[in-house]
Amino acid sequence: MIRFDQVHKRYANGREALSGVSFHIDDGEMTFLTGHSGAGKSSILKLIALIERPTRGQVFIGNQNTAAIKAGGIPQFRRQLGVVFQDHKLLHDRPIADNVALPLIIAGLPKREVDKRVRAALDQVGLLGKEKSRPLELSTGEQQRVGIARAVVGKPRLLIADEPTGNLDPDLALDIMSLFKRFNDVGVTVVIATHDLHLIDRFGARRIVLGEGRVVAPADALS
Amino acid sequence: MQINTWLARHAQTLLGSLGRIVQHPVATLMTMAVIAVALALPLFLDVFLQNLRSATSDWNQAFDISVYLDKQVPAARVQALAKELRGRPDVANVRVITADEALTQFKTGSGFGHALDALTDNPLPDTLIVTPALAASTPEGTEVLKQALAGSAGVQTVQIDTDWVKRLVALLDIMRRIVQLTGGLLGLGVMLVIGNTIRLDILNRRAEIEVMKLVGATDGFARRPFLYSGVWYGLGGGLLALILVALAVALLAQPVARLAALYGSQFRLRGLGFGVSVTILMVSVALGWLGSWLAATRHIKQIEPT
Repeated sequence: MIRFDQVHKRYANGREALSGVSFHIDDGEMTFLTGHSGAGKSSILKLIALIERPTRGQVFIGNQNTAAIKAGGIPQFRRQLGVVFQDHKLLHDRPIADNVALPLIIAGLPKREVDKRVRAALDQVGLLGKEKSRPLELSTGEQQRVGIARAVVGKPRLLIADEPTGNLDPDLALDIMSLFKRFNDVGVTVVIATHDLHLIDRFGARRIVLGEGRVVAPADALS
Repeated sequence: MQINTWLARHAQTLLGSLGRIVQHPVATLMTMAVIAVALALPLFLDVFLQNLRSATSDWNQAFDISVYLDKQVPAARVQALAKELRGRPDVANVRVITADEALTQFKTGSGFGHALDALTDNPLPDTLIVTPALAASTPEGTEVLKQALAGSAGVQTVQIDTDWVKRLVALLDIMRRIVQLTGGLLGLGVMLVIGNTIRLDILNRRAEIEVMKLVGATDGFARRPFLYSGVWYGLGGGLLALILVALAVALLAQPVARLAALYGSQFRLRGLGFGVSVTILMVSVALGWLGSWLAATRHIKQIEPT
């Protein structure tokens, strides 16, 4: 599903975030990207979501070389991807249902289909009944669930998350991680960047450990 | 995408952007007022010019052509010529002033009464005052008539003072051109005002646009609400401009009617017609759309998630 081949990423300010990263993530796998801050976790996720492009090397997503995707093809590419952010990135001026519906509206689905899928997604994250609430009326944990509902509402085969539990207390964090695990259980490939090692110890998933822009331990945790 | 879905989304975005701009009524009204003033100025000048045109075309009709005949032409021939001229389609009326009548008029009107008594001969010729028909009351029409009159037998001089009418028409043409240029420049200004408003709006909603792009929105999708905002600004500004012009016309109507009465004219100031008003609204909406399109296309392209 995801293959990095000798990927280098140097930002405009000269910082080298990735120095020859190679790894492979299979279809249906759940993978944690770990490492201290600045190790390159976020850069890898940005390369997957085509927010950034590699300086050198190649990134393949679903057997497609992302270098072949031009700017005009990016929106279509992102519609097949679910992305969850540490700061949720919700739109505060509109209700939860509209936030979750956004990817479907962008994709041009008919209203009835949108409503149905939004309810299903909210049900999956345990927020059914809160459709009309605004993001700021919800707790941080609930807001993160809205973010996840929005990421999965388009039924993506690949779900990526950048520090999704970064702002949550341990119980809530465990909740959120379990939610990701449930999506993985139904076949979604999940990649989560996190530095919360205690938390991921509780999940028998593969880890890719990064340090100084390199893969230092592509250890497969046996499940 | 189904056409119904597409229409529903557009309608939703249209109303959504209206809802958004009425959330900031003062700022929105200020923007619309700037647009309205910029549109109202050339419109008002245009109304003024149109009225001036129709007023002067009335005067044009009142212009008679003086045909001075040779002294030797017998009185019967004078009457025959008058009759002949009355038969022309481009002539409305012909009045005969005989040399004697002319002299009498001149004696009483000029104040040289006694001095003229000294004359043994009447130096004045018989004169025909020809009033052109309505259809021929253009500078070109009167010119044609003048040539025809000058060619008639027994006519010595044809005098017609259309020069000032020609000058006025030329002046009106220049003013019209100035109004068009001003209108064009101010239209450009309206576009820039709307573009700038939209640019600020986009910068304020940067985070939202980033999120949309992250979940797969094209630039076109992210741009759509801003285009509709531009349309609303254009429509609101256009309506306000029409109101301003109507107010100005209403304020001037009475003084103008009074002035016209002093000239013995029934002239009344005319405002913008319905058709013109609709055109103006369409133009201002188009300017709003274009201004926001230019700003939104440029700035939304620059906003990329990081």
